[in-house]
Amino acid sequence: MTTVHIPFLQTGTLAVGGRLLDDAERSVQSHADRPSSLTKGHRACQGCAEALAARWVMDTAVEAADGKLVVANATGCLEVFSTLYPESAWKPPWIHSLFANAAAVATGIAASLHAQGRDDVRVLAQGGDGGTVDIGLAAVSGMFERNDDVLYVCYDNQGYMNTGVQRSSATPASARTATTPAVGRSPGQAFGQGKSMVKIAMAHEIPYVASATVADLRDLEHKVRTAMSIRGARYLHVLVPCPVGWGSSSSQSIALSRAAVQSGIFPVVEARAGELTDVQRIRERADVEEYLRPQARFAHLFKPGGEDALARWRALADANIRRYDLLGERS
Amino acid sequence: MTSHDAPPTLGLSTGPATSLAYHTGTWRTERPVYVELAPPCSLGCPSGEDIRGWLGSTQEGEAGFETAWRRLVAANPFPAVMGRICYHPCQTACNRTDVDEEVGINAVERFLGDTALERGWPLPAPAASSGRRVLVVGSGPAGLSAAYHVRQLGHEVVVREAAAEPGGMMRYGIPAYRLPRDVLAAEIRRIEDTGVRIECSTPVTSLDDAQAEFDAVVLTVGAGVAHHVDIPAGAASKIVDAIDVLRDVASGHAPLLGRRVAVYGGGNTAMDAARTARRLGASEAVVVYRRTREQMPAHPTELEDAVGEGVRVQWLSTISQVEGQTITIERMELDEDGRPHGTGVFEELDADTVMLAVGQDADLTLLGDVPEVVVADGVVQVDPTTLMTGRDGVFAAGDVSPGSRTATYAIGRGARAAKAVDAWLAARVLPAEPVQREATAERLQPWYYSDAPKQHRAELEAARRVTGFEEVLAGLDAEHAVFEARRCMSCGSCFECDNCFGMCPDDAIKKLGPGMRYEIDYDYCKGCGICAEECPCGAIDMIPEVR
Repeated sequence: MTTVHIPFLQTGTLAVGGRLLDDAERSVQSHADRPSSLTKGHRACQGCAEALAARWVMDTAVEAADGKLVVANATGCLEVFSTLYPESAWKPPWIHSLFANAAAVATGIAASLHAQGRDDVRVLAQGGDGGTVDIGLAAVSGMFERNDDVLYVCYDNQGYMNTGVQRSSATPASARTATTPAVGRSPGQAFGQGKSMVKIAMAHEIPYVASATVADLRDLEHKVRTAMSIRGARYLHVLVPCPVGWGSSSSQSIALSRAAVQSGIFPVVEARAGELTDVQRIRERADVEEYLRPQARFAHLFKPGGEDALARWRALADANIRRYDLLGERS
Repeated sequence: MTSHDAPPTLGLSTGPATSLAYHTGTWRTERPVYVELAPPCSLGCPSGEDIRGWLGSTQEGEAGFETAWRRLVAANPFPAVMGRICYHPCQTACNRTDVDEEVGINAVERFLGDTALERGWPLPAPAASSGRRVLVVGSGPAGLSAAYHVRQLGHEVVVREAAAEPGGMMRYGIPAYRLPRDVLAAEIRRIEDTGVRIECSTPVTSLDDAQAEFDAVVLTVGAGVAHHVDIPAGAASKIVDAIDVLRDVASGHAPLLGRRVAVYGGGNTAMDAARTARRLGASEAVVVYRRTREQMPAHPTELEDAVGEGVRVQWLSTISQVEGQTITIERMELDEDGRPHGTGVFEELDADTVMLAVGQDADLTLLGDVPEVVVADGVVQVDPTTLMTGRDGVFAAGDVSPGSRTATYAIGRGARAAKAVDAWLAARVLPAEPVQREATAERLQPWYYSDAPKQHRAELEAARRVTGFEEVLAGLDAEHAVFEARRCMSCGSCFECDNCFGMCPDDAIKKLGPGMRYEIDYDYCKGCGICAEECPCGAIDMIPEVR
């Protein structure tokens, strides 16, 4: 994206901060007194990118809302690891109701605040891919369709991880999960299934839709800030590697996000009113192998018989590169 | 007791508590620790400069220039000189070559050196006087470096120089187009200002007399005598030593060399001699070298500069005879061991003058009657740790002692000799130089260093260069020097980019404020390793947890 650019000061736009930066140029996360909305002591697994993304998103939203932010959370890893009764790791006002209804709860909060003339208090709803793409899709779609004043954030770790890594409709093709074992003629999640939540959100033609990763903090903070500057239904989809469910090293969560973007597997985009408005270009093109190989859920792609699936991954990356012009060849 | 601290009771009556009560640090099997590793630039710097340190201060711009210069002269009192003539092995070692191009360290060094001269920054004041007196014999880079560092340690220092001017090879060996004399003179004067006394035209002839007068002696007489080879030559032929020509030019007595000049040898002196010949009016300057380009001892940049000025190199060739204005050259070939052998194939070359640049020897007449001082391979043998010769209290450094014959090495050895003298005077044992762990390229995460290619110093047009002795390379201005310094990746040393702090999923890193870096909260750190993985400069190690 071209929207965030800081001058070259030893490191550039890609690092979190830098001692030579002016205060105004700093990311929210680089401030010693950042909100840290999701605080220490939460029970997320080692290297959990969802915990990281949730703090990044929420800290930026809290700052953008001047501290007046209410959060509704769907059931899922994020809810489970952050609120083991009676403890909470959340600093902002936070509510959990059911798996399917986070968007509906948020809608209700927003309507109630509006009725009370408290439009200065902003509402954020969040959930995993299970609570968003599968179980909660009806409520999310309704919230979009009514254009309720809610920012909905989906942390997509591509499966039901805290219940034992079952597949979701966001699990990528050929990935091994507890319910899609790597056996048979077409091992892992079947090709041709699954949903693209970004495209579904865009099809609702809501004011703002964006995708992001934990590989680019500046981009993510910029998108949250942009979303917070808009009223109505907004959707942010963040890819969050899960070391346990993906079978990757806990230290690789950011590196895998980087590989997902640089290989073309995960397009980082921005759309307004259903129209694509910006795309993050590939900076250093990576092969899909760089993304797939470190993940045990794709181990069978690198054994005899995996060639076909691997070729389909390459085709998927190429299709994304073409569709979103990720190499900037058309512009 | 607040409601947050209330012990949990049953059911919905329980008030909210915070997750801070739960210490996730107990999950850890590996712990991240901040480390400080040696960067390849400093490890590659024979002068022992803390390059990463002074580049770091330069990055701050105007406010950091003087600090940067002070960190630089802590090792090397000649930044303006070395910023011009050093062959910069630091840059060859620089990890940034893996990202785009190495950092232009040498250009920033020169910028700091020139800035210090312009603004008249003095060298640090010496330590309180020890009352001990040290003689340094010779005022080349090794001698003046030794003198500066010995003086810094509080001893009285006298430098005795046989020539009329101080500087040794910097004054008489390196042509002015590479090192303007006013720059050299200013940096020498600044050393004198710290209390070092330099006595020129004062050769030291007796070591015993010197030791009677001083508590310790450092021999830094260099290697200023041309090495000779036997070439059958007729009486009408003009054969001169390259080092003498360079010395004469530097003394203001440019010799007549003629239109066609052949230089015999393949070292840096040969390059300087050929380039000087071009400047003295020779339209043809041919370097005759008996091996190949890969084996040439001259630094590649020097060769490139010479070729750029029209100097031609005749590879795999020896001069077998000189008769009048005709030299006979024998073609060579390399055997399996890479040694050159004659092929019996001869050719002729016209040359008005032949300059010999086949090596230099040390003038050791001073040691005539001192049997304990061992001389082998033409140089004085020293203890590798203390640089002391066989004679108690007599040390040697620079070209007169074993090792690389470069100014930067001489400066480093001079500084080492100073430490050794100081230890010896105090009857202390000087510890060996510590072995440091290197911040290798594999430790770095180059993704975070945006592409920012080296700022090239504007080179004078090659055509203009050969018309005179004006300086070939221009310096960087402040803006470019700061930019260049900021290309330093700070290999192996935290530069506070906030990646670890911002990227910890467990919020377990504390930012301590500018210059204070960070602290890991081991009560909560789960040891995932993201901080170590994403640290751009490789300043975090993951070590096994022992419980």
